[in-house]
Order: sequence, then C-alpha cells, then structure tokens
Amino acid sequence: MKKVKAAILGPGNIGTDLLLKIRKGSRNIEVALFAGIVEGGRGLELARKMGVPTSTKGVEAILADDSIKIVFEATGARAHLENAPKYRKAGKIAIDLTPAAVGPYLVPAINMDTNLDGDNFNMVTCGGQATIPMVAAVNQVTPVDYAEIVATISSKSAGPGTRANIDEFTQTTARAIVTVGGAKKGRAIILLNPAEPPIMMRNTVYCRVQHPERIAEIRESVARMAEHVRAYVPGYRVRLEPIADGDKITLMVEVEGEGAFLPKYAGNLDIITAAAMATGEKVAERLQAVSELRTQV
Amino acid sequence: MTSIRIIDATLRDGMHAVSHQFSPDDMAAIATALDAAGVDTVEIGHGDGQGGSTFQYGFAKASDEDYLKAVSSVLTRSKLDILIIPGIATEPDIELGAKYGAKVARIATHVTEADIGAQHIAFAKSLGMEAIGFLMMAHMAPVEKVVENAKLFESYGADMVYVTDSAGAMLPWEVTEKVSAVKAAISQPVGFHGHNNLGLAIGNTIAAVQAGASSVDGCLCGLGAGSGNAQTEVLAAVFDRMHIETGIDLYKIMDAAEDEVRPRMHQPQAITKLGLSIGWAGVYGSFLLHAVRAGKKFGVDPRDILVELGRLKTVGGQEDLIIDVASRLAAEKEQKIHVTQGQ
Repeated sequence: MKKVKAAILGPGNIGTDLLLKIRKGSRNIEVALFAGIVEGGRGLELARKMGVPTSTKGVEAILADDSIKIVFEATGARAHLENAPKYRKAGKIAIDLTPAAVGPYLVPAINMDTNLDGDNFNMVTCGGQATIPMVAAVNQVTPVDYAEIVATISSKSAGPGTRANIDEFTQTTARAIVTVGGAKKGRAIILLNPAEPPIMMRNTVYCRVQHPERIAEIRESVARMAEHVRAYVPGYRVRLEPIADGDKITLMVEVEGEGAFLPKYAGNLDIITAAAMATGEKVAERLQAVSELRTQV
Repeated sequence: MTSIRIIDATLRDGMHAVSHQFSPDDMAAIATALDAAGVDTVEIGHGDGQGGSTFQYGFAKASDEDYLKAVSSVLTRSKLDILIIPGIATEPDIELGAKYGAKVARIATHVTEADIGAQHIAFAKSLGMEAIGFLMMAHMAPVEKVVENAKLFESYGADMVYVTDSAGAMLPWEVTEKVSAVKAAISQPVGFHGHNNLGLAIGNTIAAVQAGASSVDGCLCGLGAGSGNAQTEVLAAVFDRMHIETGIDLYKIMDAAEDEVRPRMHQPQAITKLGLSIGWAGVYGSFLLHAVRAGKKFGVDPRDILVELGRLKTVGGQEDLIIDVASRLAAEKEQKIHVTQGQ
C-alpha cells in the first residue's frame, strides 16, 4: 500500500530521532518534509544527506504542501498552540510531541485503539509515556486513589525546551496520570542528574491503592503492560517489581534508548518518539483504509 | 560595624529532622519567637520546599497553605520566605506563597542546572517578590561551573545567589574558594547555606562571610537534614563576637531555640554515624531518614546505602533511588550468603 506522507517540524534532538526511526522502521509513513526555521544544525544536515526534503521555512513549508497528511510537531508548546489551528484548517492530522495538549493525551499501550478519531493527538511527556502505562496496570487490578511519578533523566538529554518550561512537564504529566492512567489524583516530579557517564532514564511510580494485598496480581499486570510497551519501545524494562508497603505500591522502570540518533542513555527522548511513531502508524493505516475505500467507490 | 542577613530555615530545612511533622501551630509558635528575636527572614514549608509533600519525600503534617496561613498571621517584622525546587514546585506554588505575603522565594536547583529555574525567578519577580537563586550540592561542581551557574541565575534577575552545601561535605577552604569566586563574578550579593555533617557548619559559614557572603542560613538548635544546619543562636553569638550586626537579640534567640524548638525535636541533632557518612560520601542530607528506613526494611547497613548513593553521583531529590539501591544491596548480600553456604 502507498505510504502516507508526513512532515516533521522541529529538527532538534526529538525531531531528528523521530526521522531516523520512521526511515528505519515505518510500514506506513514516508517523511516528505523535514522542516525547521533556522539554517544549520546536525538534524537538517543529516536529513539532506539521507535525501529527505528539508526546509527552513517552518510551518509555512508544511502548509504549502497538500500531499502531506500527518505533521509531527517536535518544537515547543507555544509553537504548537499557534500551529495547531493551521494544521486543522489545512486538513492535516497533528501528532504533538510538545506538552501543549491541544488534542487528547495518547499513550499507545493504553488508549490508542479507542482514541483515533480526532485530528490532533498529544504525546503527553517522556515521563508520562514511561509511567502512565504502569499506573494503568496497577489500576486494572485495584483502584488507584493517588499516583505519583518521579522521572529522573540525565542533564544531557534535557533540551532547552524542557529546561525553559519545566512546569509544563510536571503539570501535563500529572493531568495525564488521571485522564489516561485512571488514578483519581496525580502528581509528577522531574529530576535532572548531571552525572558522567550520563544515567539512563529511570522512573519511579508510587500508587496509593485500595487493595495492596493483591500484590501478586499487580505484579502480573505490570509485567503484561511492560510487554505492551516493549512492542514499540524495546528498551523498556521493569527495574524494581512492585512492592507493597501499607497501601503504597512502589515500582521502577528504566528506559534504554534505541541509540538511533541519540545515545542510549536518552531513553526519555526515545520513548516519546517511539510513541509518536506508533501513533503515526495507526493514523496512517486509517488514512490508507479511507483512501482505499474511495478508490473502490 | 558590618552587617549580615540571617535567613532562618528551622521551619523548612528543620522539617527534615522531624519527618515534616511540625504542625501549623508548632510553626506559628516558633515563628513568633524568631520574629520577636529579630531574625530578618524566616523560611517555611516542607523540607523539600513547596509541593514537597509526596510519597517521594514524605508527607507533611499539613498542607503548604495551612503552614503559610499559620506563619503569615504571626510575623510582624521578619520576612516570610518559601523554597521552590523546579521539577517539584511550579509557578502556582509561588503564587500561593505570595497570596500569604511571602516576600522571598528561593529558587533551588542542582549546582549545574540553574537554567531550569529561569521561569520561576522571572515569575517570582513579576509578583514583586525577592528572588534568590540557590545552588544546591555546590561541592559536586568545580569552581568554574559554580560561577557559570551563579551568573545564569543573575542573568534571569535573581537578587542574590546562594552557594549551598546540601551534603555538608565542603571544607572551609573550598567554601572560601567558591564563595569568593561567585562574589567576584556577579554584582548581586552572595549567600551561604551550610550543613554540619563534618562538624563544619559554623566554621564554613564564617569562611563564607569572610569570603564576601552577606547572607547566611541557620536553624534553631542546628535542626536540619543530615546532621543539621549552622545553629542560628550560635551564629548570632559568633557574629556578635566578630562585631558583625545581625539584628538578632541573643537572649531571645537562645530562648526561642531552648523553649520552642528543643521540646519539639524528635531526637537530639547530633553528628551520628549516618550523618557523618553523608558528609563524607557527599550525598544529599535529606537522604538520612530515608536510608534508615530502607536499611531496616531490606536488612542492610544504611551506611552502605549512603556510600553507594555517593558513588552513583546522585543529586538532591533522588530519594527513590534509596529503595532501589537498598534492594540491590540486599540481593547481593543474599547471593553472597548462598555462595558461602555452597562452599
């Protein structure tokens, strides 16, 4: 089947990693444009070397091309708030890797199949992609009254966008813990560690649950969910199996990056680009099915 | 006579020593005594600052708002101060403080990560607050890095920059070197926050003042994370002997410590073997009680946990790693036993 054309806006770490992932493994998507707003930088250069069309005219270049059906936004929250209505008007589907949260939160392991009707999907945050599946896994066994996640990432893997607006990370993640993870209340903390060599992304999930005695089932549920996540993030591992302490469940997950563009320690970036690509594949499948139907008519 | 500003953190850093269990009434009573003794600034809240009440850091007895309400209603001249650790606290936490009259916000980041505090400095300033950049774990970075990050804080609009020895791991000459370098590099005043794990809190604070710091932290009875902070009443006496004005009434500050804080302490603030291990290994002071609990739960020596955390170059806030390290050490220990039994 013909691949669906997509654009990536934002040639930084995230955008470039996504480009490499799609080129390496996508069944349904072709990157038809890789766009930024300034000349230079490793991302644009790499894209050109691979023969991917590039532009420094940013969003305008994407809007000018009608053949582009999907846009991956890898800029910042502010930029996406401005761009989202433009994509909509141009009939393009946006997959948003910023914490702008224009569209509903999407975590592939949890709500991808039920949630694909809109035209804008938000990938929450890296910490959200890593931990919300675990909150949902616990919540499937026993109601979670409160979930708290702590994401620790290496300083080197936190780009200027994350650093300038770190509040967006905690606030967006906390909201998605509730809306997607199913907890009644959510809280998120992010820590940066500058150690050399850089540490791998690690996440701690705490849940206050109604039935901590069902720990054996919780462990099974968590192991199953980790399998689901591994389907699109191979380096996703449960580092500390759930343990119960009173009504508190504690577990830890670690994310080793694929090492496509970014080093392996940058699992935090890997997991969000992997989630975006998994979402893109589904969206593209749907678009292909629609166009197939039209052809038949 | 020169003068020094003292920021008392009994009701914030001191909260670590009581597992964040001071009640709003406790805080109001201690704050009343600090205010009466003439302390310039009083910092309050959970030990890990606003929003710190979590599984990760331990839940406080009351909400941030209840503490703010209780203390703001009793202060007559001391300035109210809140601690904001970006990644834990967010702008609404600063707004809440401002609503209850907080005049000072200290924006605390790891010594190499000042840029994550830019938005909070700007936000506090926009609310008319004094914003102080607080460089934690200053022992972990070389002088150039400390200076670079102090300059970043200044560039965001910070009114002062603190060199913070969160692990109580700095030696006096290191304090001199780092504080004087920061002092020479920025035009805003410089502050110092010391811990006592190596018994150097007072000595380091004096070194900082001699190197040009014009604001220093203390806690009544030396309360605080790890082996506690520089003891406020001792600082008041020492500075008086040095002919440095603090604005503090010595008898009243001694009474505040003795009558209001000591009866509320959970254990004497001493340099225990664990506190000493923290200073020696250079790990975050608030890991102490968490390491004790994890050691008990997993049957390992908490000192081994702390030393391993130092080897892993953990930073402030990584309390979750304590469980991870403890469980790993326990597993290794078990394996060793099996090996021995097999022989």
